[in-house]
Amino acid sequence: MSSNNKNSRGIWSRMAPRQGNLRAWQVLLLVLAFVLWHVFTSPTLLPPIYFDDNNKAAFFFGEPLTVMSRLWVWFAGGEIYQHLWITLVETMLAFFIGTVSGVIIGLWLALSPMASAICEPYIKAMNAMPRVILAPIFFVWFGLGISSKVALGVTLVFFIVFFNVYQGVKEVSPVVLANARMLGASQRQLLRYVYLPSAMSWVFASLHNAVGLAFVGAVVGEYLGSAAGVGYLIHQAEGVFDINTVFAGILLLTAFALVLDWIVSFAEKRLMVWQPKNSETERI
Amino acid sequence: MTAALALENITCTFISRGDRSQRYTAMRDTTLMVAAGEFVSVVGPTGCGKSTLLNVAAGLLAPSSGSVRVFGELLNGINTRAGYLFQSEALMPWRNTLDNVTAGLEFRGVPLEEARVRANDWLRRVGLTGFGHRYPHQLSGGQRKRVSLAQTLIMDPQIILMDEPFSALDVQTRQLMENELLELWQADRKSVVFITHDLEEAIALSDRVVVLAAGPETHPIGDYRIDLPRPRDVSEIRMTPRFIELHSQIWHAMKDEVLKGYVQQQQK
Repeated sequence: MSSNNKNSRGIWSRMAPRQGNLRAWQVLLLVLAFVLWHVFTSPTLLPPIYFDDNNKAAFFFGEPLTVMSRLWVWFAGGEIYQHLWITLVETMLAFFIGTVSGVIIGLWLALSPMASAICEPYIKAMNAMPRVILAPIFFVWFGLGISSKVALGVTLVFFIVFFNVYQGVKEVSPVVLANARMLGASQRQLLRYVYLPSAMSWVFASLHNAVGLAFVGAVVGEYLGSAAGVGYLIHQAEGVFDINTVFAGILLLTAFALVLDWIVSFAEKRLMVWQPKNSETERI
Repeated sequence: MTAALALENITCTFISRGDRSQRYTAMRDTTLMVAAGEFVSVVGPTGCGKSTLLNVAAGLLAPSSGSVRVFGELLNGINTRAGYLFQSEALMPWRNTLDNVTAGLEFRGVPLEEARVRANDWLRRVGLTGFGHRYPHQLSGGQRKRVSLAQTLIMDPQIILMDEPFSALDVQTRQLMENELLELWQADRKSVVFITHDLEEAIALSDRVVVLAAGPETHPIGDYRIDLPRPRDVSEIRMTPRFIELHSQIWHAMKDEVLKGYVQQQQK
């Protein structure tokens, strides 16, 4: 295509969504959402469409500018760090303990058919149980501090990782396994050189879910009973109908969940170099 | 002289896990002797139980009755003096080429430095110098087979078991690999059991061709000595009169079994 032709196609064709300006379009979508939020909730911009009072939209849905200023006050005043730190510690502990125990018990049950046959109905039952219900029990056992939230998060994370490791070990190629045995691998070496690496791709697939669930465990735990943490802040704000602070808390947690997910993706990319990636041909 | 590998009166019956009355006898009263340094091919119609035979020889599968002797010793568990070249992908996808070749030495406790030096030497012998850092998915089917070959041969097994190793390759690559295999085998003669459904391949490579009956209850129905001169070139030897003579002789014996196997496949 000649460059002359390209220029004559106008501004729209250059702006059209494609691989190159994907990021710009993503940002645009975010900005658009905030603008719409602002326009529909501001008491003065539009006459009331649905509510009979000018201020009601802002009361129910908050106002983006106030939400942003609340976030600013939190960070500038330093009030938030203590709460954020607690929520992060709870999340990381739940994530770490849940993942490690999920991997170990998943490997163990997958490799001993008798134990897994005995435990199978109970594992299914525990997975089917709505585990957030355990929160009151954990409060009784561990008190209102960090440990009850960690316990709640662990129960959520554990099963995700556990089932993936279990599946991962079951899906090990029997030929790869037989080959390693023929090359002289002992049981212990099979575990380290075949089962574990094979299960790792399943583990990483589950870790993205696990990060989110560790946050759920921490925040729901705080929401139900605590004296610190972002969930506690949200709960306090809700008590006085301060919807802007609730939204500020939600945005903050979303941002941090994204950061943790990004860290998992980063680790995945570094550790799973052997996995085939889709590639497309370059157009010249 | 004791045989390198002796399968004596092997019978293999599989029982369905869900329904114990469902039985399938894949192999009945099969006896096969392989001398030290001998290249034996086993041919037979598809689904007749050739792989079962090889798995029994490897110690991956315990026979229902009969015994396996390796250089006179009764086999119990994995056959540690044998190397196995599988039909399908057997490389560890999370290890690169070099680490796949060193795997067996690592299992044996050879220091990594030494294992790497030996692995690089084997990669050179199978024509893959400079491919050490690639992962299996970055290699072609033929290259992966070469890696498997290096992975097996680096262990210096006295018996090599091959289960249709080249069946997934295109014809040209296949002939190249067959010639390379013969060259490697000629260098230091191991005992080889080579499973294939391709009679031409079997005759071109082997000292002896054993023909199996169609399954179930397969057993050897013919044993032919291949007296073609060595060293051979697999693509040239196919044109010689003696090759054609042997081929028609063995094919004549095989034809009925192949037809039986084909009919069974249709009925499944």
